[in-house]
Amino acid sequence: MRPFSYEVAASPAGAARAVASRPGAKFIAGGTNLLDLMKLEIETPVHLVDLQGLGLDRIERTAEGGLRIGALVSNTDLAADATVRRHYGVLSRAIVAGASGQLRNKATTAGNLLQRTRCPYFYDTNQPCNKRAPGSGCAAIGGVSRQLGVVGVSESCIATYPGDMAVALRVLDATVETIGADGDRRTIPIGAFHRLPGSTPHVENALRPAELITAVLLPPPLGGIHLYRKVRDRASYAFALVSVAAVIQRDRGGRVAIGGIAPRPWRSEAADAALGRGAGAVAQRLLEGATPTGDNAYKLTLVERTLAATIAEARAA
Amino acid sequence: MKFDTPAGQNPIDRLAVVGQPIERIDGRLKTTGRAPYAYERHDMVDDPAIGVVVGAAIAKGRIGGIDLAAARASPGVLAIVTADTAGTLQKGKHNTARLLGGPEIEHYHQAVALVVARTFEQARAAAMLVKVRYEAAPGRFDLAAQRDSAPLTGDEGHEKGPLVERVGAFEPAFDAAPVTLDATYRTPDQSHAMMEPHASMAAWDGDRLTVWTSNQMIDWGRSDLAKTLGIPKDKVRLVSPFIGGGFGGKLFLRSDALLAALGARAAGRPVKVALTRPLMFNNTTHRPATIQRIRIGATQDGRITAIAHESWSGDLPDGGPETAVGQTKLLYAGDNRMTAMRLAVLDLPEGNAMRAPGEAPGLMALEIAMDEMAEKLGLDPIRFRALNDTQVDPAKPGRRFSQRRLVDCLEDGAKRFGWARRAAQPGQRREGHLLIGMGVASAFRNSMVMTSGARVRLDRAGLVTVETDMTDIGTGSYTIIAQTAAEMMGISVEQVNVRLGDSAFPVSSGSGGQWGGNSSTAGVYAACVRLRDAVAQRLGLDPAQAVFQDGAVQAGGRSVPLHQAAESGEIVAEDSISFGGLSKRFQQSTFGAHFVELSVDGFTGEIRVRRMLAVCASGRILNPRTARSQVIGAMTMGVGGALMEALAVDRTRGYFVNHDLAGYEVPVHADIPHQEVVFLDDPDPTSSPMKAKGVGELGLCGVGAAVANAVYNATGIRVRDYPITLDKMLDRLPRIA
Ligand SMILES: Cc1cc2nc3c(=O)[nH]c(=O)nc-3n(C[C@H](O)[C@H](O)[C@H](O)COP(=O)(O)OP(=O)(O)OC[C@H]3O[C@@H](n4cnc5c(N)ncnc54)[C@H](O)[C@@H]3O)c2cc1C
Ligand code: SF4
Repeated sequence: MRPFSYEVAASPAGAARAVASRPGAKFIAGGTNLLDLMKLEIETPVHLVDLQGLGLDRIERTAEGGLRIGALVSNTDLAADATVRRHYGVLSRAIVAGASGQLRNKATTAGNLLQRTRCPYFYDTNQPCNKRAPGSGCAAIGGVSRQLGVVGVSESCIATYPGDMAVALRVLDATVETIGADGDRRTIPIGAFHRLPGSTPHVENALRPAELITAVLLPPPLGGIHLYRKVRDRASYAFALVSVAAVIQRDRGGRVAIGGIAPRPWRSEAADAALGRGAGAVAQRLLEGATPTGDNAYKLTLVERTLAATIAEARAA
Repeated sequence: MKFDTPAGQNPIDRLAVVGQPIERIDGRLKTTGRAPYAYERHDMVDDPAIGVVVGAAIAKGRIGGIDLAAARASPGVLAIVTADTAGTLQKGKHNTARLLGGPEIEHYHQAVALVVARTFEQARAAAMLVKVRYEAAPGRFDLAAQRDSAPLTGDEGHEKGPLVERVGAFEPAFDAAPVTLDATYRTPDQSHAMMEPHASMAAWDGDRLTVWTSNQMIDWGRSDLAKTLGIPKDKVRLVSPFIGGGFGGKLFLRSDALLAALGARAAGRPVKVALTRPLMFNNTTHRPATIQRIRIGATQDGRITAIAHESWSGDLPDGGPETAVGQTKLLYAGDNRMTAMRLAVLDLPEGNAMRAPGEAPGLMALEIAMDEMAEKLGLDPIRFRALNDTQVDPAKPGRRFSQRRLVDCLEDGAKRFGWARRAAQPGQRREGHLLIGMGVASAFRNSMVMTSGARVRLDRAGLVTVETDMTDIGTGSYTIIAQTAAEMMGISVEQVNVRLGDSAFPVSSGSGGQWGGNSSTAGVYAACVRLRDAVAQRLGLDPAQAVFQDGAVQAGGRSVPLHQAAESGEIVAEDSISFGGLSKRFQQSTFGAHFVELSVDGFTGEIRVRRMLAVCASGRILNPRTARSQVIGAMTMGVGGALMEALAVDRTRGYFVNHDLAGYEVPVHADIPHQEVVFLDDPDPTSSPMKAKGVGELGLCGVGAAVANAVYNATGIRVRDYPITLDKMLDRLPRIA
């Protein structure tokens, strides 16, 4: 870990300005991802701007009948919120399927969205990795890739976005609300938030430099049956091999998004439209153009089978 | 004391204290955070400097040059040790690769430098500034690719004789057998992944070195540290009273201890070093992967006529094999037998012992093979095993097992577990989308013994202190040693003070190979026999008649309080137990049976264990509470080995990629269901005066196969390649709508 300086921000716009004015500065929220990466010198910020105390830790109803979730709301509080549990069950379920109780107490909504990949080579600074050290190459291609991505990946990087919460946000069509150093606010649809790697895998999302996430907005409730099915190698405390976030309606229509297979939560309109025709049809549309490795080709089958499990569960409910 | 005739009646047989489920005497220290672990010996050394290890970034090759300028100039840095500055270093007897690499690099994350600074953060930051220029060389990293070139090998204790061991004539018997199996199984590299990392703190006083460390075998560590540094052994003291797990990963001197000593010398002050979690996987040892081919031939009615087990593993040059075929020489009858091991050279990190080395991976294969054979024969797997039980060493029929209750374990377990409810046909039991199955496997582990010494003192208050360099790696050594001394001296465990893990104490068996419990308590027994003699003499009683009970010594109608013997001064006695020819005359082994019930998700292939039972017959159980903890811990490790634990080898870069606990998965609480452990009464008079053996490794042996067999019973899918992860089953799961 490199030495760094630290300040507590006084306002959201002030936080953004503080980061903008110091090259190499970063926000810190719960610190559960950032600090680990700093210890390994995968992240080397020279200055940290702490976001606690900005009043971004509230969940409020919006005028449209949806929810505004503050960027600093902890994962624990968000998953336990009565409105979330009643009307956005998929989100609550996705969050509690992730990490551990202790981590969820610290982890925040914005930090969770921005958690970085779990590709093992990204974590070892001896190895080439285009995401960590642009232009150095990708050790995972031709290496150990059982956990890595099968769709949306590129010749520069096959890493996945590893998180759970964002998969649910994707199925709910959430938007990300931000403020820039100049005080400008904007919203970014969740589907456009995480970037595909292309030839620049180190650029992971649509945020501009020093842009601060202030909230995540949920549209009005969708109704339907909310499920989150996470498949992993052990019963708890592991990242998804494949996960399915689903909101299934009585007419068998609905929406699904998939985690663990791509650099972003993976969803397609064509796949949603095929839901009435069963898991095979949905999986086929979701996985179009997939480029798996020998190690992770099983994910193609697993996506279909996990979708089938989820659809069966929804029908039984 | 030489133990060379079977034990008769002795004071331990009273079982007033020994054999009782006494709580760990060190439990309170541990749960209140007061047990002193090596990295926290602030009671011994004020303000030590901190060393951080730099691991090699390549698997094989040379260091072309090291630039230390930036690291030296970094704040707080006190010293940097590299092979260039460390002086001449030998290699320890128990090490395969050198603990400080350079210029030659033998494996990934081999230590190439230690950076010592005032604080941990300073040392870690400076360590990242050490710039090493490597000249990488090609290496061999793929066991399967090296398989054909691997020569035959024997194990460490291999007595001269053919490397392919044969009894009868395997090939013709196998060819002639009406029912046969020929299958190949794979087990992956595994990491000990214990909680406490390798950690040491070193301080020099002139030419005397003290190292507070975390080590299972004090005398091995001390000898190898002295040897490596080229200093006399009597100048080195090792202290390791508490150990946060080892599983074989701390049997040997490792880089933390050596580099702490070198760092302390270079910095001119005490230095402590802990390996970071990522270093533990490639810097230290691991259980090597195996490829195992098993052939079994049997008569129609299920008697084995031919059995062969061959195993391939790899290690660095001059390393050793994973002895995966050992149990197959002894576990089942059969007139025609063959076993062989082949060892490939691999440039991966050093392979070595991990809990139940040999038997753990060996049984993962053999006990699936037995399940497969039983099915071919149309026999219940328990019946098939019982049919092929042997009470003698199949290679030397005149040599009996000292005790062998394998069939009792299997049959007793079957009743308790409800084995009769298992459907013989796989894939029959369903609960909704879940497929339910049961599996069984034999557990087997040889019972080894090691010379073990102890010193016992009786003081004026009637308290007994035991001193031995035996270690407690979480197993319960403190407690069973206290129980032994209490039983021998006729007092309670509260009146016994146990001091362990210090090379200033008599050399013990140490903790390894599940020999520690039996051997170290036998050493304490021997020392207590001496102490009893000395006490009786002081009191003018006939030692042969004296009975030690309730804090008093009784003989010839007199009863004298024990403490009176020490009124004129402390009495000290020392002895060690050494073992004669009984292990040659008798085959001494431990036995058990593992039962597993689990579910497999018919959609996704996720496996969740539901119930486990172990029935063990493994000598006298010195403390059923601590023994049970050993077995349930081992069963947990067995589930890990069956379902998730595997070091992922990068076959071009030559290292274990998943080198942290996020990537190397071990079971979490949610993976471990109801566990039950039963010990059959089984004292073995040939094992030691304690009539005990060990359970710490037995509890692991066979678990993996019991899980694999249950998966098969649930699904009809046979996975012969561990760990059994869902990707290996997806194609063969039931069709989905
Ligand atoms: C052992 C372990 C297991 C885990 N398992 C799972 C799992 O199974 N599933 C899962 O989904 N996750 C898992 N996680 C990841 C966990 O969810 C994330 O670490 C956590 O959500 C990050 O939130 P944080 O607030 O701590 O972020 P931080 O670490 O504080 O920040 C992460 C990043 O976000 C940036 N940032 C934070 N807030 C803002 C903001 N308001 N605006 C702009 N940028 C911001 C920071 O600069 C930093 O780059 C696991 C983590 C660990 C350590
Ligand atoms: S897959 Fe991406 S994160 Fe992993 S090594 Fe390649 S570039 Fe780095």
